Amino acid sequence: MTLVNVLYVGVLLFCLGLYGTLTRRNVIGILLSVEIMANSVNVILVAFSRFTQNLLGQVFAVFVMSLTVAEVVVGLALVILLYRTMRHTDIDEASRLRH
Amino acid sequence: MLELVGIAAVAGVLVAAAVSVVFGTNLVHSVLLLAVMLFTTAVLFVILDAPFLAGIQVMLYAGGVVTLMLFAIMLTRRSGGVAVNNETIKGRRLPAAILCSGLFALLAWSIHQTTDFPNGGDNVLATRQLGITLFTEQALSFEVLGVLLLAATIGAIVLARKRDHGEPEPAGAFQRPARGRKEATR
Repeated sequence: MTLVNVLYVGVLLFCLGLYGTLTRRNVIGILLSVEIMANSVNVILVAFSRFTQNLLGQVFAVFVMSLTVAEVVVGLALVILLYRTMRHTDIDEASRLRH
Repeated sequence: MLELVGIAAVAGVLVAAAVSVVFGTNLVHSVLLLAVMLFTTAVLFVILDAPFLAGIQVMLYAGGVVTLMLFAIMLTRRSGGVAVNNETIKGRRLPAAILCSGLFALLAWSIHQTTDFPNGGDNVLATRQLGITLFTEQALSFEVLGVLLLAATIGAIVLARKRDHGEPEPAGAFQRPARGRKEATR
């Protein structure tokens, strides 16, 4: 297990998440892809922490995790509000400011 | 050798689950595969000598986030048994694919070019040290994080709660296709 392999995996995951974020039509699908991106960043942070013997990477990973969870909570609240207002969660249809 | 095979298997499962999440057509399946991906990441954390983070990962993501996502899907599912739509936007696939593969190529190339990667020995960083760092050196950031979590919780409750009877609802809320409803009460 070298740092390079983990970096490749992390970068691949990040690009997959980016693709999902850009192409998904459903808001929840976009949130899932954002989760993948945050997760890949965590993997890379922990790998650097492991191979540089520096704990700050893990501390950052803890922060990233908490922030992602907060983001998901607020995001899902917004999704539910969007559904109540528009009766769907389609990102392309939700282009009006006023219903 | 055996260790390498195991690690490769973990990485393979990780990437395969992520691919299925991104390209799947059923949203519920996507969420469950995301849970698989998050568990596999926890395994990777264990391999990378970060057991504390692996524990957090399982509790926070696989326990919390996935459940929350499933709740949200069930709450926003259209009545009448229509399958949860999870298709991608057609005109956006090709540009997104080009952009993402380009980004991947760039990053992989730069990783490939780099030669002097750190490999600072095999000392396992103890969870105890992580706790000490978190509560002394990074104590301020930790407390700011607590405030942020509080704000996010309150914000989510305020956004998603049902309105009381006397209170004006947001426009269109709980109305069927809200036709002819002119006034925006908020």
